[in-house]
Amino acid sequence: MKFGVVVFPGSNCDYDTFHALQNVMEQETVFLWHKDSDLQQVDCVVLPGGFSYGDYLRSGAIARFSPIMAEIKKFASAGGLVLGICNGFQILLEAGLLPGAMLTNKNLKFLCQHVYIKIENNKTAFSRAGRKSQVLSIPIAHFDGNYYAPPELLAQLEERKQIVFRYCDRNGRLTEEANVNGSLHHIAGLINEQGNVLGLMPHPERASEKIVGSDDGQVIFQSIIDYWEKKPGGRKKKAGKTVRPVVSPLPPLVGSL
Amino acid sequence: MKVRILVSLKPSVLDPQGQAVKNALHTLGYQTVKDVRQGKVFEIELDNTGRQTVDKLIPEIADKVLANPIIEKFTWEIIEG
Repeated sequence: MKFGVVVFPGSNCDYDTFHALQNVMEQETVFLWHKDSDLQQVDCVVLPGGFSYGDYLRSGAIARFSPIMAEIKKFASAGGLVLGICNGFQILLEAGLLPGAMLTNKNLKFLCQHVYIKIENNKTAFSRAGRKSQVLSIPIAHFDGNYYAPPELLAQLEERKQIVFRYCDRNGRLTEEANVNGSLHHIAGLINEQGNVLGLMPHPERASEKIVGSDDGQVIFQSIIDYWEKKPGGRKKKAGKTVRPVVSPLPPLVGSL
Repeated sequence: MKVRILVSLKPSVLDPQGQAVKNALHTLGYQTVKDVRQGKVFEIELDNTGRQTVDKLIPEIADKVLANPIIEKFTWEIIEG
């Protein structure tokens, strides 16, 4: 499977995401420059975390006008898999690829900490490798992660099971304290109606190896790979595991500002 | 021509920054302050394209870029020209 990690000016989780996908999950991975309009035939586009365009105006508000976003919109409407992590989630909301909006965290603080999230719906392309109600330990790092949607939209999201992950405590309980940023209905991860675009505030790429404290983030990446390999036309995994160095050298940054 | 656009959170949306400012004002003894809503101001200079064009252009810009219609509302006025 081939992943493309989009690089905006101000992205800062692009290399972590690249590392997690290429070296940990052992999938072919390329960078996609924001000014390009060629998706290089990737099977899944990942919008990484960071501060695209300095979070000017609103988080994710400027990035959505990048040339690559027009292609990603086409890719998504044709059923292509798109994962937005943190700032990537904010961009997907601003671009209208996911419903709702982000407000500043309820305590007005930048939150950088491990949180627990619960898999509410494990029937999606982004959660199928997990169990229903499984609790994952994955870090967050954001200022605007307080998910908001008007009441009628929230009801619709619940009804259609579009809320894939919720903030919870270590035992999976939806306590007020566990909902650190104040998101409505504890929303940490949301999928579109068609089921091919997911936004997630926690950073699975920062929890993809035991050595960094948690490898629970692998559940999300593995789900995508499983989904893709099982769908018609998806390539099967090669029989023999390809031998790779533990850490492959990362490519230099693509493009120029 | 110069236009001023005010963008602020809708009344139905909680404004934690406005709340923090209100609490600070209360701490300073300004108990008469009942509520604070924080927003953004944009001043846009335009070619003199005539009132009709501006009436169409500003709401378009505000809706598309300056404000996020899910959480924010805007008002605008011509301040010069």
